[in-house]
Amino acid sequence: MTAAVAGAAPGFRTCPVTGRKIDLQAERLIKFNAVVAVVALLVGATAALLLALTRWQAVHLLPAVWYYRILGVHGMNMLIFFIIFFEMAVLWFAGTVLLDARPAAPRYGWFNFGLMLLGALIVEFMQWSGRADVLYTSYPPLKAHPAFYLGIIFFAVGALGVVGQFFATLTIAKREKTYTGSMPLVVYGAMAAAVIAVITLLHGAMVYIPTFLWSIGVIPSVNPQIYRLLWWALGHSAQQINVAAMVAIWYMLGALTVGAVVLNEKVSRWAFVLYILFISMASAHHLLVDPGFGPAWKIVNTSYFMYMAVLASMVHGFTVPAGMELGMRLRGFTDGLFGWLRRAPWGDPGFSSLILSVVVFGFFGGITGVTIGTEQINIIAHNTLRVPGHFHATVVSGTAVAFMGATYYLLPLVFRRKVAFWRLAQWQPYLFAGGMLLVETGMTFAGSFGVPRRHWDISFSQSAFDVPFNPAVDLFLAIMGIGAIIAVTGAFAFILIAVKSVFFGESVTSFTRGVAMVGIPQGLTHPPVHAANVNELNEQLHSSKGGKLGPTPGTVVLVTVFFLAFMLYYFTNWKLLSFLWRIG
Amino acid sequence: MLTKVHTGLEPVQGVWWKPAHKAEKVWVAVAFAWCMVLFAMMPLWHWKGGQNPSGVRTRVDPKAYFARTVAFAQQYKVGDDRGVPIVQPPPGADVYLAGLTYSWYPILQLEQGKEYMLHISSVDVNHGFSLYPLNVNFAVVPTFDYALRVTPTAAGDFRIICNEFCGIGHHTMVGRVIVVDSAGRSVADNTGARVGQGGVR
Repeated sequence: MTAAVAGAAPGFRTCPVTGRKIDLQAERLIKFNAVVAVVALLVGATAALLLALTRWQAVHLLPAVWYYRILGVHGMNMLIFFIIFFEMAVLWFAGTVLLDARPAAPRYGWFNFGLMLLGALIVEFMQWSGRADVLYTSYPPLKAHPAFYLGIIFFAVGALGVVGQFFATLTIAKREKTYTGSMPLVVYGAMAAAVIAVITLLHGAMVYIPTFLWSIGVIPSVNPQIYRLLWWALGHSAQQINVAAMVAIWYMLGALTVGAVVLNEKVSRWAFVLYILFISMASAHHLLVDPGFGPAWKIVNTSYFMYMAVLASMVHGFTVPAGMELGMRLRGFTDGLFGWLRRAPWGDPGFSSLILSVVVFGFFGGITGVTIGTEQINIIAHNTLRVPGHFHATVVSGTAVAFMGATYYLLPLVFRRKVAFWRLAQWQPYLFAGGMLLVETGMTFAGSFGVPRRHWDISFSQSAFDVPFNPAVDLFLAIMGIGAIIAVTGAFAFILIAVKSVFFGESVTSFTRGVAMVGIPQGLTHPPVHAANVNELNEQLHSSKGGKLGPTPGTVVLVTVFFLAFMLYYFTNWKLLSFLWRIG
Repeated sequence: MLTKVHTGLEPVQGVWWKPAHKAEKVWVAVAFAWCMVLFAMMPLWHWKGGQNPSGVRTRVDPKAYFARTVAFAQQYKVGDDRGVPIVQPPPGADVYLAGLTYSWYPILQLEQGKEYMLHISSVDVNHGFSLYPLNVNFAVVPTFDYALRVTPTAAGDFRIICNEFCGIGHHTMVGRVIVVDSAGRSVADNTGARVGQGGVR
């Protein structure tokens, strides 16, 4: 802790690349949270491979008991431990490094980290030892060992503590004037994620504390429908933390890799506020075919009050690529509609992760999500493989890919290590995202034939009655299985790169601008610099002389394609629904 | 007029709430209008469409529900298959279906084009009602009776898959619904045929 670089305040070092002040305590918190996140990813990805090879009916690897057990392990490790530990790292990073600030009460930060780790280990033990075969959702009256619920409560309390520290860190930064003006948009996005995290974790307490008391016999029963309502206020809102954190990382990676600018602060910040305002309604679209709620409640809530949160994502879906386009144009890449895309650094894993994340999240995750989350269309989607088909496109292809892209920049900037296996790192985003795209396609189409999710054997070999699925289903499940093998290979590659770099990597303290270096992303060796007369250029692009489509014509074309795809998919599903029995 | 060019990593100086460019405004307006369409489709489908998850929803004691289902099955029983009664209620009747680990009780025989009040509930844990091959899905939650008005539009031999994890034998939980055509002919005679052609193996 005493090895402060000369010239920086005690407890800080000065980043030789960016010139930022980095607090050493915060840096260690970022490192430890990120490392635990990667370990959870390793467990989750191994589980994913076993599950996919079981659902691929031609392989059918695991026995039934282990299939359901590993399914629970996969859910907890990926959706909770990997993602939330990484988000804790993001909060420490955004609160301190991006604001040149010191962290609030770092010792309490270690306490919270320890509490989260303890909770996670308890949950792992309960699941692996077969004391919690209730899957990720743990719907009562299915009952797990009380320690399972207690482990989750420990984890949530620790996470809530870190979120509180993040707000305290923001307050300190403001009071100590470590920055002037308004906080950067990326930090603002992280703050939106943190607010949503508070809402989410409070719902977690509301659902898991009574369930824990029920499991030890203090209260006689838990209303299964209220549990489903509150559980999804935890389970879905947790995904909205991911979305907000992911969008913040989009803005960050855009800035680092191609010099993306913020088109309009007002528009982008409002979009984050919309997430916060309407997120607690997100629970509803998991309950559209549940018996506990009426149509009016379902319609108002599933639409996040008239789709205001969808509006927010559609706004970011424009401003992020448009910011990249404008940034590139301001650097002189002005040829044609898509010259900025052609000339982009596709070999920089930070950039390729960013673009893959934006495209797959928007086109695949966004469109399928809004469609199957429609009250009536949910009748042909609920609990089929269409659902995991959708959320793998958002959480994995969207959030996880963005987090991986961010890692390639955190390794040199925070860990001060070269990215190991650089060639592999350049391929990794394509490998992982490509494999996931196959997984999502296979799942979505198999689900359209009615193939259920979370089901060990769709050949129904042990059932009283046969269910002969359309043979096409076997093809789609094979696509899913092959995609999973590719994607898990990509995930393992990422883990290998991260572990090698962090623990055995070549340390890097400085590098020369303009000189390419193996193991250092291009955005650091060749930082994107706007033209000298950038404000003048900007005025020109924004003026009427810039053309009818405005300063970012390429993006206008892209979002138009997106919008047409959205309409086509959405109305096709209404048409499919209309073929069913009359139900009401 | 424009804000100084900056990235999302830099603090913003001064007054940054400047008006957005027209292209951005147009996209926000288009997205907002589309959101209104998405919203309007749901009430519209309740009004004009034929498939809605509304139903009549009541609380029920699982034991009482199962007793009612058994009584219903005895009243209208017309046969059985693998020990599960096949039940043919008159058109318009209240029809009861119970999910219990790991089976659906009883087998329903309905008439094409006739409306029934289909009650679904669970005797124990959460189950999922998934009508195959139509792909009609509803959640089955214990202590809640979900009564849906259904009108089968085509004859056939259907399956009910459980699509909510209900325990280690979850994947064996399959039920059966038979729809006979309007002439009263049983499409399913329960001898070695396939779904869609009638009967079981």
